[in-house]
Amino acid sequence: MTGSRDGRRLVFRHRLSTRIWHWTNAVAVFVMLMSGLMIFNAHPRLYWGQYGANPDHAWLQIGSAGDRGMLMIGDLSIDTTGLLGRWTDSEGRVQRRAFPGWATIPSRYNLAAARRWHIAFAWILALGGLAYWLWSIANRHVQRDLAPRSEELKPRHVWQDIRDHARLRFPTGEAATRYNILQKLAYLAVLFGLLPLMVLSGLAMSPGMDAAWPWLIDMFAGRQSARSIHFICAALLLGFILVHLAMVVLAGPFNEVRSMITGRYLLPRERQP
Amino acid sequence: MITRRHLIGSLAATPLLAGCDRLTNSEGFRETLRAAEGLTQHAQRLITDRTALAREFSEADMSPVFRSNGTRRPASRSYATHAAAGFADWRLRVDGLVAWPLSLSMRQVRALPARTQITRHDCVEGWSAIGKWTGAPLRLILNGAGISSRARYIVFHCADDYGPTRYYESIDMVDALHPQTILAWGLNDRPLPIENGAPLRLRVERQLGYKHAKYVERVEAVDSLDRIAGGRGGYWEDHSDYEWYAGI
Repeated sequence: MTGSRDGRRLVFRHRLSTRIWHWTNAVAVFVMLMSGLMIFNAHPRLYWGQYGANPDHAWLQIGSAGDRGMLMIGDLSIDTTGLLGRWTDSEGRVQRRAFPGWATIPSRYNLAAARRWHIAFAWILALGGLAYWLWSIANRHVQRDLAPRSEELKPRHVWQDIRDHARLRFPTGEAATRYNILQKLAYLAVLFGLLPLMVLSGLAMSPGMDAAWPWLIDMFAGRQSARSIHFICAALLLGFILVHLAMVVLAGPFNEVRSMITGRYLLPRERQP
Repeated sequence: MITRRHLIGSLAATPLLAGCDRLTNSEGFRETLRAAEGLTQHAQRLITDRTALAREFSEADMSPVFRSNGTRRPASRSYATHAAAGFADWRLRVDGLVAWPLSLSMRQVRALPARTQITRHDCVEGWSAIGKWTGAPLRLILNGAGISSRARYIVFHCADDYGPTRYYESIDMVDALHPQTILAWGLNDRPLPIENGAPLRLRVERQLGYKHAKYVERVEAVDSLDRIAGGRGGYWEDHSDYEWYAGI
């Protein structure tokens, strides 16, 4: 604890390893998502199984028909004109690629450049993630701060936390120095679920890695299934980021962002009963 | 009037995204990204067995239709003549750093002990197709020509034009001597179709589709790729900055 101002205390909340990884990841994930959407644009269809190409059945596809853009999932067809499949670029020209230029790296169709961005930043994401994993298990950050305690997993406690989130009642005082149960579960799901799945399903799309480590293809039941899972996990990760950013804004963006840069967080005053 | 579309358009011009486009166009940054390609190649070779085989599937796993991509029929008059004659007079030249340059007829190529493999073809675009390939192991052809120990790459010269230049590709000796690397003349128990590269197409199973040169008419052993066409080892590598190592 480093100070006090009208009863509010500035506390140390995030370690250096957490902070470095957070910002490296913020950049890497941003690049991975956007270059990934450009790679998807090269073949905007997803399949299940070992193979899948234009003559085969796609469970998801983005395309256009006449002057409409369409997202098709199974038998469902959604008009996405202006957003997906048919949109107007920043110079006013109509484009028929799946994802629009403002969502991709680079903004104009270029599969080769997108792959170079994607694979270079994949190294940063994967090595950074691995280092964070090892470091955070070694310094007990995972066990102490992220692992839920048994009383936190009781339905009553979880339900209470859901109600607090829904009413935007954020923790104050001592409780604000710890992660709440929904945070813990979300962070654990991303750290030990989504991120490893992204890396493994990405590697499973590599013909060289598949030859060397055939269990990669078996794990996902085929390269095209791995591609679908890669895409679904990317969508879930995007969902996590959007909720995460919304929570930062609602909980007080200045204080929250400062704590992720300097590690120090100004505790909100205890709520009067 | 500001429409939603214009608003999205102007958001696209935010410094962050424009910065990414500027970086993409900067030669220095592209060099940095290319360094990652070397890292990927060396890391893969480090942790994996150089002779690891690509998975071979059963007939039940095959794609009902094997999609073709790139050139579907070379435009030249001489190719049309060969195609009309069923490629009876097609010759495969083998030269460069070899003791005995060869000029093989298709009959001679087909007479070599053939290898048949049902493998997955992975396009850089993202799709995959599983097909049954039959052809001559490249290793046999290179050994027959007395490949020099100075050879570091094998270049495949093709009969199809892409704009003003010929298609070509190259691989290193690790892949050239790999047992699954074949010059295929058959697909799914039939003669190789023209849209899939008749009469000869390279199969280099641990790399992406654009490495699998079609319409191969010459195999050249070299010690450097610098003097071949644009110097990056392949048509797409020269013209669109695709990775030379396409194992990922």
